[in-house]
Amino acid sequence: MDQLQLAESVEKYLKGEMSESEKLAFEELRKSEPELDQMVVEYHYFLEQIDGYGTVRRFKSNLYDTHQTLQEDGQIKEIKIKTTAKIINLWSRYRRVVAVAASIAGITALFISGMITIFTPKAPFGDIEELRRKVSTLEKQSTTQRVEFNKFKKKIEPGVSVKFGGTSFLIDAKGYLVTSAHVVKGAKKIYVQNQHGEDFLAEILHVDPVTDIAIIKINDEDFKAPKQLPYGFSKTTTDLSEPLYTLGYPKDEIVYNEGYLSAKTGMNGDTIACQLAISANPGNSGGPVLNKYGEVIGILNARQASANGVVFATKSKNIYRLLESLKESKEGHTIKLRNNSSIKGVSRSQQVKKVQDHVYMVKVVLG
Amino acid sequence: MAITEQEKAVLKAVGSNDKNAIESVYKENYGLIQYFVINNNGTEDDARDIFQEAMMVFYQKAKSPDFELTCQIKTYLYSVARRLWLKKLQYSRRIETQVENFGNIVPVEEDLEDHEKLTKQYMVMRTAMGKIGEPCKSLIEAFYVHHKNMQEIASFFGYTNADNAKNQKYKCLVRLKKLFFAQYKNS
Repeated sequence: MDQLQLAESVEKYLKGEMSESEKLAFEELRKSEPELDQMVVEYHYFLEQIDGYGTVRRFKSNLYDTHQTLQEDGQIKEIKIKTTAKIINLWSRYRRVVAVAASIAGITALFISGMITIFTPKAPFGDIEELRRKVSTLEKQSTTQRVEFNKFKKKIEPGVSVKFGGTSFLIDAKGYLVTSAHVVKGAKKIYVQNQHGEDFLAEILHVDPVTDIAIIKINDEDFKAPKQLPYGFSKTTTDLSEPLYTLGYPKDEIVYNEGYLSAKTGMNGDTIACQLAISANPGNSGGPVLNKYGEVIGILNARQASANGVVFATKSKNIYRLLESLKESKEGHTIKLRNNSSIKGVSRSQQVKKVQDHVYMVKVVLG
Repeated sequence: MAITEQEKAVLKAVGSNDKNAIESVYKENYGLIQYFVINNNGTEDDARDIFQEAMMVFYQKAKSPDFELTCQIKTYLYSVARRLWLKKLQYSRRIETQVENFGNIVPVEEDLEDHEKLTKQYMVMRTAMGKIGEPCKSLIEAFYVHHKNMQEIASFFGYTNADNAKNQKYKCLVRLKKLFFAQYKNS
C-alpha cells in the first residue's frame, strides 16, 4: 500500500466508515504489522488534533460574526469610562500645579525658540541641491538609452511619464525598501527597478520629511524576495576619514562611487545627517552609504551646490528610530534590520557584487 | 444561587456552537466585561479579545459532557475574563495588578489551565497549517474545518472530479501530518 492509500484506509477505519469485512481484514493486518499499528495510533491523535483545530476555528469565526452583527445592530457599543479612574483623581488634585508648570514651560519654550530664530544664520536653502534626477531630461539626451529604457518600462503603462528617479535599497528581505523622502515627494505611483531592468510596483508606507527618509514596500507578484540581505545597519556614528562607498542610479545603470566621511554633522551642524566627500549626482538620492565592513551607515540625500564634492547623508540610526515609531502605528508591517553584515571580510568588489542586487532605481509617476 | 433550567439549556446550546445561543450570551455579557476591561486600563480591542477568549474557555467547558455549571453563566464568564485580564496586565507589567471589581467571582484557575493546554495544541496545528501552503491549506480546511463534501470541494477548487480532489486531499494530509509531528516534537 502506498502512503496515500494507507492514509485513506486509516482514516476510514478510524471514522468507522469501513464495512464489516473490510474492518476485520484491516484489524488482522494491524495485528500482524506493528508499523501499521503505530501509524493508526499516530493518525488517531493527528485527526483528533485536526478536529480540535476545526472546532476552535468554527467557534472563533462564529464569535467574530456575532460581534460584527451585534455591533452593526448597535446592540453592543463602545462605552465611556464612568467611574473616575485614579489618573483623573490625580488630575483634579494637581490641576493648578500642572497649569502653572505648563505655562512656565510654554513661555520658556517660546522665548528659546525666539532666541534661536534671531541668532541662527539664515540657512542657505538654495545652496542645497537634492539629488533626485529629472528622468525626462536625461531621456532626451540619449536615444539609445531611451530604447533601453522603454524596453524595461513595459510594466509601466504607456502614456504615463516617469518624472523623477532616485535610488532605494532593501532594508528587509520581505520587500521593504528605504529611500529619501524627497525622491517620492508628490508621487502618484512608484515603481522600482532592479539592475536587471525589471520593474516592480511599490507603495509608500511612510514618509518622514524631517530625517528625509521614506519607507516603501514592493507590492508585486513578480518580486522574488531574497533569502537574506548581505549588509547590516550600523547604529553608531562612523569615524572621520573612514572610507565609504555608495551605489546608485544617476543613470540607467548602477554606478559605484567611493569617498570618506568628512564631518560628523550635516549642513550647518545638522546632527541628523553627516557629511561625505564622495562624488554624487542627481539620481544618487536614497542610495546606501556603506563602510568597509559592508554596514549601511547612511542614506545619501543631498549635496551642497556651491561646493564640489560635499555630499550629505542621513545617518542610518535614523532608520532604526523611524521603524521604532512605526512599530506602534503600522501593525502588520514588521521590519527588522540586520545588525551585522555578512560581507565583513571580503574584498570591496565582492561586497559590491553582493550589495548591488538589493539596490533599486526608483521611478516616480507624479499625480 | 440555583442554576435555572434555562441557563443549562443555554450552556448546552453554546457547547454545540449554536449561533443564537452565542448571540444571546454575547449580548447579555459583553457589556459588563467590556466595562471591566476598559475601566482597568484596557482598550476597546482588549475588551473584545478578552471577552472572546473567555467565551472560548466557556465553550470548551460547555462542550465536555461532565462539566457542571456551579454558578450563573454571567459570573463564570466574568471570573474567567477577570483572570485572563489580570494575567495580561501582569505579563505586560503595565500597572500593579490590582483591578476594580464589578461582580461576583468564582475560582476558575483549573479551567484556565485546561484552556491553555488546548490553546497550545491549537497553536501547534495552526503553525503546521501555516507551513503547508496553498492550495493544501484551503483544501484541508474546507474538509476538516468547514465540513464540505468532496463534490463541493472538487468544484470549488476546480478538480475534474471528486476522486481527484480526494487524492489531492490525502497528499496534503500526509504532508500536514509530517509537519504537525515535526512541530509537535519542537514544542
